[in-house]
Amino acid sequence: MITFIFRRTLAIIPVLFVISLITFLLMHAVPGSPFATEDKPLPPQIQENLEAYYHLDETLVQQYMRYMGNALRGDLGPSYMQRTRTVNDIIRDHLPPSFVLGLLALLVAIILGIPIGVVSALRQNTWIDYFAMLLAIAGVSVPAMTLGPLLIWGIALELHLLPVARWGTWQQAILPALTLGLGHAAVIARLTRASMLQVIHEDYIRTAHSKGLSEARVVIKHALRNALIPVVTVLGPLFAALVTGSMVVEQIFAIPGLGRYFIDSVSSRDYPVIMGTTLLFSVMLVVSNLAVDLSYTLIDPRIRLDQAK
Amino acid sequence: MTQPIQASLRKSTSKSNSPQRRALRRLLRHRAAVAGGILLIFLILIAIFAPWLAPKRFDEGDLLANYAPPSAKFPMGADFLGRDLLSRLIYGTRISLTVAFLGAFFAFTVGLIYGVVAGYYGGRLDSLMMRIVDVLYAFPSLLFIILLMITFKTGFGGTVVHGWLFQLITNLDSRMGGVFLIIVGISVTSWVGMARLTRGMALSLQKSDFIQSAVALGARDSRIIFRHLVPSLIGPLLVRVTLAIPGFIATEAFLSFIGIGATPPTPSWGIMIAEGFKAMRSHPHLAIYPGIALAMVMLAFNFLGDGLRDALDPHSR
Repeated sequence: MITFIFRRTLAIIPVLFVISLITFLLMHAVPGSPFATEDKPLPPQIQENLEAYYHLDETLVQQYMRYMGNALRGDLGPSYMQRTRTVNDIIRDHLPPSFVLGLLALLVAIILGIPIGVVSALRQNTWIDYFAMLLAIAGVSVPAMTLGPLLIWGIALELHLLPVARWGTWQQAILPALTLGLGHAAVIARLTRASMLQVIHEDYIRTAHSKGLSEARVVIKHALRNALIPVVTVLGPLFAALVTGSMVVEQIFAIPGLGRYFIDSVSSRDYPVIMGTTLLFSVMLVVSNLAVDLSYTLIDPRIRLDQAK
Repeated sequence: MTQPIQASLRKSTSKSNSPQRRALRRLLRHRAAVAGGILLIFLILIAIFAPWLAPKRFDEGDLLANYAPPSAKFPMGADFLGRDLLSRLIYGTRISLTVAFLGAFFAFTVGLIYGVVAGYYGGRLDSLMMRIVDVLYAFPSLLFIILLMITFKTGFGGTVVHGWLFQLITNLDSRMGGVFLIIVGISVTSWVGMARLTRGMALSLQKSDFIQSAVALGARDSRIIFRHLVPSLIGPLLVRVTLAIPGFIATEAFLSFIGIGATPPTPSWGIMIAEGFKAMRSHPHLAIYPGIALAMVMLAFNFLGDGLRDALDPHSR
């Protein structure tokens, strides 16, 4: 087991290396200089000084080594656009709202998704099941940029129940969390239902029933526990979707999170910020995938480690 | 006496009971899939006949009519430049469906070829090919597409671009309203999952009786691959690729929404949502209608993919 964890952890190093290399090369393949524009050229001396200051006059290899050396020590460099803040400052300021938003969305997804999936499976082929699954397919098909404006229009503008946008109070968190979470709730509901249906027909469930256990006890303690194993596997991809989904949701609800800042830095071409956030996102994604892989083998001992892909 | 019986037997197996027929029947019984299929055909027709259906051009605005409310002149109102919303919605189906079908085509073909080669020939080639796939699979694909877009789409303030390849790509892209690079990005990333799936299935199919007997009969590699292996792979792959299409469509809309996808005045629904959202308080329909259109296309493919899975890949449920 320990060697397995060790092997998997080592395996993410080349992945992160390739990611950093591709990010770095793509950022440096962009034509032109980040400081001057064609119609507003800088005097050559200033241009040279700026490039020397940011080490852009070195060779690509030198620049990459310098960047990665600093990054490994936790320093992601300066921002080109905001001269007083470093990339670290920016991440420190903007990550917390994104993190809270992602967590709330995850809660929405789990709290809605799992019960809907369970009820659907227990009432298989009744109108409850059909309706829930219709809703789930619809949920998967409605992206945040459709749902966000709809919720704002219906709940905030027409009914005046919740604030339209911005971030800070709990009322302001509800609509963004729903926008980001509902689609994932649908995914989890479908998966829970499918896996529940498989589990209910197992022998040990019949045994539990014939022991005279109450329905609730059988469902929760015996069936759901085993049914949730496959659900864990989607948490990795779900995390990825939360990160990118937060870009749209933060933009729509004017939340000062990292996703929104990322979009801003894309349009202002603040390359160190783009590169730093991309690296951060990638590390989080790769690590969360690893965590899901590992927890999967921990939860379900039937999965043979050497086969686990 | 035996002749007619045999003939009728052949007839019944080939006409009404072949696997394809059975799959088609299962698909047609699936109500959601039929609904999705009809919706999709409807949308394809809209995309094809857009120039005849749209009352106006998608890129011509009447500045005096900006934010015009729905009326006889503008059935769904006009946007901030006075462009007809309905016409832009109609032309927008072309963008989404192009991305959907081209993305699916590349993911399907590249994934199939790569997976079959790795799975069938196996050995050292297989482990090399799968090592590459594993690294790519761990790569966050949307972040990669975003980086690709930034690199190719945003030179520093109108800098002249050099290098023939760079120029060719940016030229092609601006001709296609910024959609070409999106399709490239989707194609470059989406085949990886398909290749993994194909390779896994090809491996297990090789141990199956019908392929083993073909080998025993001395069939050539090409015959085994094209007559036996590939036909068995197409069904599950088709299901997988259909269910991946909503993701492609959402990716295009997402990139256009954040401003690095399609270039204005291309009527991408993502751009329309972003533009319409600026007037959310006063004219919410400008952001909501394109959003509904987007959800409708994704819903059609999801319904269809669900039905296809029940029809072609009954074991996976």
